[in-house]
Amino acid sequence: MTGAEIILQALVDQGVEVIFGYPGGAVLPIYDAIFKQNRLRHILVRHEQGAVHAAEGYARSTGKPGVVLVTSGPGATNAVTGLTDALMDSIPVVCLTGQVATHMIGNDAFQEADTVGITRPCTKHNYLVKDVNDLARVMHEAFYVATTGRPGPVLVDLPKDITLMPGPYVPPEAVQRRSYRPQVEGDKERIRAAVELMRGAKKPVFYTGGGIINSGPKAAKLLHQLVHATDFPITTTLLGLGGFPGTDRHALGMLGMHGTYEANMAMHDCDVMIAIGARFDDRITGRLNAFSPGSKKIHIDIDPSSINKSVPVDVPIVGDASRVLEEMLAQWKKEKSASDRDALDKWWAQIDRWRARDCLKYRQDDKIIKPQYALERLYAATRARDDVYITTEVGQHQMWAAQFFKFDRPNHWMTSGGLGTMGYGLPAALGVQVAHPDALVVDIAGEASILMNIQELSTITQYRLPVKVFILNNRYMGMVRQWQEMLHGGRYAESYMDSLPDFVKLAEAFGAMGLRATKPSELDKTIEKMLNHPGAVVCDIAVDPAENCFPMVPSGAAHNEMILGADGETMPLPKVSDEGLTLV
Amino acid sequence: MNNARNETIEQHTIAVLVDNEAGVLARVIGLFSSRGYNIESLTVASVDPTNNLSRITVVTSGTPMVIEQIKAQLYRLVPVHKVSDLTTEGPFISRELALVKVVGAGEKRVEALRIADIFRARALDSTRDSFVFEISGSTEKLDAFIGLMRDLGMVDLSRTGSVAIQRGAGSM
Repeated sequence: MTGAEIILQALVDQGVEVIFGYPGGAVLPIYDAIFKQNRLRHILVRHEQGAVHAAEGYARSTGKPGVVLVTSGPGATNAVTGLTDALMDSIPVVCLTGQVATHMIGNDAFQEADTVGITRPCTKHNYLVKDVNDLARVMHEAFYVATTGRPGPVLVDLPKDITLMPGPYVPPEAVQRRSYRPQVEGDKERIRAAVELMRGAKKPVFYTGGGIINSGPKAAKLLHQLVHATDFPITTTLLGLGGFPGTDRHALGMLGMHGTYEANMAMHDCDVMIAIGARFDDRITGRLNAFSPGSKKIHIDIDPSSINKSVPVDVPIVGDASRVLEEMLAQWKKEKSASDRDALDKWWAQIDRWRARDCLKYRQDDKIIKPQYALERLYAATRARDDVYITTEVGQHQMWAAQFFKFDRPNHWMTSGGLGTMGYGLPAALGVQVAHPDALVVDIAGEASILMNIQELSTITQYRLPVKVFILNNRYMGMVRQWQEMLHGGRYAESYMDSLPDFVKLAEAFGAMGLRATKPSELDKTIEKMLNHPGAVVCDIAVDPAENCFPMVPSGAAHNEMILGADGETMPLPKVSDEGLTLV
Repeated sequence: MNNARNETIEQHTIAVLVDNEAGVLARVIGLFSSRGYNIESLTVASVDPTNNLSRITVVTSGTPMVIEQIKAQLYRLVPVHKVSDLTTEGPFISRELALVKVVGAGEKRVEALRIADIFRARALDSTRDSFVFEISGSTEKLDAFIGLMRDLGMVDLSRTGSVAIQRGAGSM
């Protein structure tokens, strides 16, 4: 077998069905091998960043690793943003990059880049294969590392001569790593201590993140059982949405900077916090020294470096979410229920008072479409279906989507959380649609973000993927504009999107359908038309350019200092400390 | 209670057993620089050619929370086999070696030789106007010796950084 054939055989043996890629000089032998087989499907993207985001969308919506194949030099450097995104959000991706021939490495050859050097900090691990005898082992190891423990992107750099050389193949079972042993079983004593704390809790809250989804559907099922067995409230992070049903009465919605009032207040006032697969990100905690000051904290995470990173916890448990939840549930069920039912009832009464503030309310008139209204209508039109996958770009529209869509199952919500990558949503939607050809896949976008990877419309039409793009067009980089309004005296430096394209014509130019709504009265019909069209659609929804995203915990503030949206009334501008001004 | 953690800066000596492969040192150093951790000294050498293992000794400093992070982050690296915090895992021995070149004549030269003798440094090379001393010992001892040599015409200095090992029968 040649190196190229070894690579493809390894992909097949790893259960790969689809590769997202873009050819070039250094990967020609691999593409030649792809041409000669029909076990692996290749999706030709239009930019390497798009390939990685598509693989991320594929991975998040299936639970399987996404596979990327790009060429050396610019192919690899273009993939860097996607790899960093996958690293921050713990998405299993295997990225194969071409490299110049081994004897030319280090000579500044044509399309040479130090790919392993450049991607070392933005991958979970990476390899440069300098000996064809290592190739099969490295390929299998890459998949093992990407998918186990805390998942992440793994890159394999493949010099051209290695892919042409004959070499031996070994199957996945023959490969064993001596180092790298992720801990999946939680310490039983610690779990006992956690359950003890939970039993005595008067004001408990679950705080769960993407770890529930990465752990697999079983974790979500067990979490659902534990929440119902304990009758504790639960809030989820941006990436954790869908890990617990959003329509369940125990769900407080998303927490953090643009989280709900009830979620943030519950986090601030709780006495026992059970964090599972979440990492106390700065968007979650707000001001650290005022973060949930009175609570005992239990933290379950598969990555020991996530524990005690920014917030010290009382009961750290390293392990896989579903394994720990299983043990926790078993221990909880040994006794009847919480020791203080009265306190729990009072806690729920308090939560209901917070809920009554209706923190997401906004005022819709008959003149201009509020972005929240557009999303509420889209949700209403799609919620009856159970095959709806939502991706987003990054900004205000992303936060509104997280607030107004309720996800009842994991793997149906794809968004760039940690890195906040504008341009994520369209290629991610493409990857989701490849994995689920008959599903409804909607990219909720802003007019600024969508232009960052708009070229992927071409991929979408080439493969006849019926992706729907729902642009909330406020003619601003909305989140930048909001911060400039609140923090920089309303000086809107470079946040206005001048000379925007006509998105309807743009869609048509790519071979998709273009639709537009400018008045509230047109909205429902436009959504209906979009949903009924069997092919790709771009919807340009003209929304209120002045609308801000609330509620909001301003930079440097605590959870209980959040600003609520004032349904159309003028908001007093928040006082932001000098310290807060330096935070992003 | 959460915020009442000890914020004092501690120095820790950490031993790391890694696969002896290309890029592994870059991974460790990159981790320290990208996360803003301190490196006081770092040494690396192959210790087990049969199993292809190298041992890195890193002396670092930080609050207890940061030290815990450093260990967790190191262990997360795929080629890392073991991370051992010698400072917390019982008594350990730490040694460093330095080569010190002193140039001078007359009384200063005699004084340099005398002090070298007191510190049990060996003269490895000698010309009429220079010495190269080899000295090994704790970092503090080397600091003291080097401080004295600085006044006696030290022109060049090369230090290995600490290597360390646990006392007693235990091993990594």
